[in-house]
Parts: sequence; structure tokens; C-alpha cells
Amino acid sequence: MVRAVNPDYTPHHPKWYRRRIPIFWWIRKRAYVKFIARELTSPFVAYAAALLLMQVWALARGGAAYARFLAWLQLGPVLIWHGALLIILLFHTVTWLNLAPKAIVLHVRGRRIPDAAVVAGHYAAWLAVSTFLVWLLVRGW
Amino acid sequence: MAESITIEVQRYRPEEQSQPSWQTYEVPFQPEWMVLDALNYIKDNLDGTLSYRWSCRMGVCGSCGMMVNGEPVLTCAAYLKGFTPGPIRVEPLTGFPVIRDLIGDMSDFLEKLSRVSPWIMREEEPPLSKGEHLQTPEQLAEYKGYSMCINCMLCYAACPIYELEPGFIGPAAIALAQRYNLDSRDQGAAERMKTLSDAEGIWACTFVGECSTVCPKNVDPAGAIQRYKLAATVDHFKSMVLPWSER
Ligand code: SF4
Ligand code: FES
Repeated sequence: MVRAVNPDYTPHHPKWYRRRIPIFWWIRKRAYVKFIARELTSPFVAYAAALLLMQVWALARGGAAYARFLAWLQLGPVLIWHGALLIILLFHTVTWLNLAPKAIVLHVRGRRIPDAAVVAGHYAAWLAVSTFLVWLLVRGW
Repeated sequence: MAESITIEVQRYRPEEQSQPSWQTYEVPFQPEWMVLDALNYIKDNLDGTLSYRWSCRMGVCGSCGMMVNGEPVLTCAAYLKGFTPGPIRVEPLTGFPVIRDLIGDMSDFLEKLSRVSPWIMREEEPPLSKGEHLQTPEQLAEYKGYSMCINCMLCYAACPIYELEPGFIGPAAIALAQRYNLDSRDQGAAERMKTLSDAEGIWACTFVGECSTVCPKNVDPAGAIQRYKLAATVDHFKSMVLPWSER
């Protein structure tokens, strides 16, 4: 017995139901929230890159411009904002490095390098570059 | 009276309703039962009109995937006791148009799967007299993980991109493309790359990673896609540096 109470229904013909995707679909699951958070940090990475370029640009325009740029960097609100930026960048970097072994599959003499080693390699490279930069900055000229 | 547990099932009977609704059933709680056993109990004893797919009852056929409390799972492999005290919410897999009750339409996946040529492609086939294609255990290990896919579509249900951008080829189809690309007997990687290196292929993936988390067979489709992206990028730079080489 078919009780055809849906007027849009044609007998023996599929009538699919497609749900509307809720705007806040990503709240449903922790993993989705983390994903959205990682995606949202991307513009801040772009900002950090632009900041570096602005610094180089200020340097190119001479000592006075560079001093003005440095003074701006030392303003209280700017310091606070860049402190927050550092945390955002660290989140982006750490989540990114942890994902690296998904894309990079290396073999040495026929044996696959374990994921943990790939991650460790990335952290080691990060540490090496950072140490070099710190050394450059503190040794003075 | 024996213990019981409440199951809330999403119903959709297109001849009667244009929006799905919820129906609640009380089923006996048996610690050795899977969610699928509870659905079978409903079908056999409470309501014969409930529709859903299943076959093997042992995590092999890939037909019993549903959302249980919002997570895509194989219902034949999900213990009722994992969801006590209930109620347990059972819905069809997200991302697929619902035909009826818990049954989603998988046609879109099947069409996409055929696009990635999921078979061994050869440029030239040596004569039979040359014998079979030999493969070492190491060569087998390269692709074996990807060959474990049972087309259960849990990864599609877990992937928000598939639902947001229905053109996306999706996790399992790409993992299965890799299954053949990484097979030492296959020569079709370049051909598959043409299909997969566009915006609806690997580049639609933003690496949410949930496909690999929910996969009951540890196929790691997310890994397959990221490896593919790396390979595509390397190919692209190679073709820039060595434009005369075979693309
Ligand atoms: S990759 Fe895993 S989750 Fe996706 S269809 Fe295959 S077995 Fe199912
Ligand atoms: S019934 Fe076959 S996988 Fe669950």
C-alpha cells in the first residue's frame, strides 16, 4: 500500500533528498574546527611575509626610513599584535610540519623511512635554520 | 525485563515525505550486537519498512556504512556497547543524495572512479610466452595498502570538501588511482595525472585528513592525495626545466 502524500513524488522514480549544508558545518567535529583554524592562519602567514618585505623595502629607502619602521615595530600595540602573530605562526608551522610525512614518502635501500623520522627531519631543519639566524643576529657586525 | 537501548533512525520515504524525519525504536541491548544487528532486529521485529544496505556482516563488502552519532562507520563493525547508554542516532552517509531511509546514491562515486582508470594500464603488452609480470614483495608493499579499499564511502562522508564541492573526485577514487600508479606493472600514471591534476582532482583537497581517520581499512586516502600533489608538483617543475621530455 503506497500512501502517496508527497505531491512531488512520481511513482517508481527516485526522488533524492539532498540536505542543505549548514554554514557552521565545521563546528560539529574537533578535527574540522582544527582544520578551519589552520586554514584561517594562512592569511597571517601571508601578512608575516609581507611584513618582512616591508622591512627590506624600508631598509632600501635609507637609514631614516628604516629607523621609522623600527620605531613602529616597537610601539606597544604593534608588539602585542606581533606576539599574537607569533603564536598563530607557530600553530601553522607545527601543524604543517606534522603533516609532512603524509606527502613525503622516502625510501632508503628499499626500506621506507618511518613517518616519525620525516617529521623529526623537518623539525631538525627548522631548528638549524633558526639557530643560524639567531647566530647571525646576536654576533653583531 | 532485559536491558534495552534507544535507536533514533532518520527516515525518508519519498512517496510520503519531502523532508526526512526521525523515528525512535527500542531494541534489546546485547553486548555482542553491532549497530547493524540492532537495525536487523528493527527490520525483523518492529518495522519491516526500514530500508538500509548490508551484506557481508564482516567489514568486507563495504555496503553498511552509515552515520552513527554523527560519525561515519561500518555498522557491522560498530558495537552497540560503544554507544551506551544511548540513544544512538543513525543517519545515511553525508554527502550523498538519499534515495530512501539510510540508503544513499553512490552513482556519483562510481562515475568518478571510472574516470581514474582503476585497472592496470600497459603501453605495450608482452606476449604471453614471456610469462607473467613478476613483482617483488617490496614492490607489492608499495601499493598494497591502497588496494585494501572496500568502497565503503566512509571517507567521502567524512570529507567536507566532497559535500561542499560536489565535483571533487574524492578520497577513495584518488587512493585507488594511486593503487595502480604505484603498481610496478602499471604504465598509466601519466594518463591518470591528466584527470587528477586539475581543480576537481587532487588540488580540490585542502587536507582536512578525516578521510584517513575514518577509513576502516587504513587505506590512508589523505596520504595518497598529498603524495599525488607532490608528484604533480615535481612533474610540473621537471617539464619546465626539461620541456622536451615526455610529460
Ligand atoms: S578509502 Fe577507506 S573509507 Fe574510503 S572507501 Fe576505501 S575503505 Fe572506505
Ligand atoms: S555488511 Fe559488509 S561491510 Fe558491513
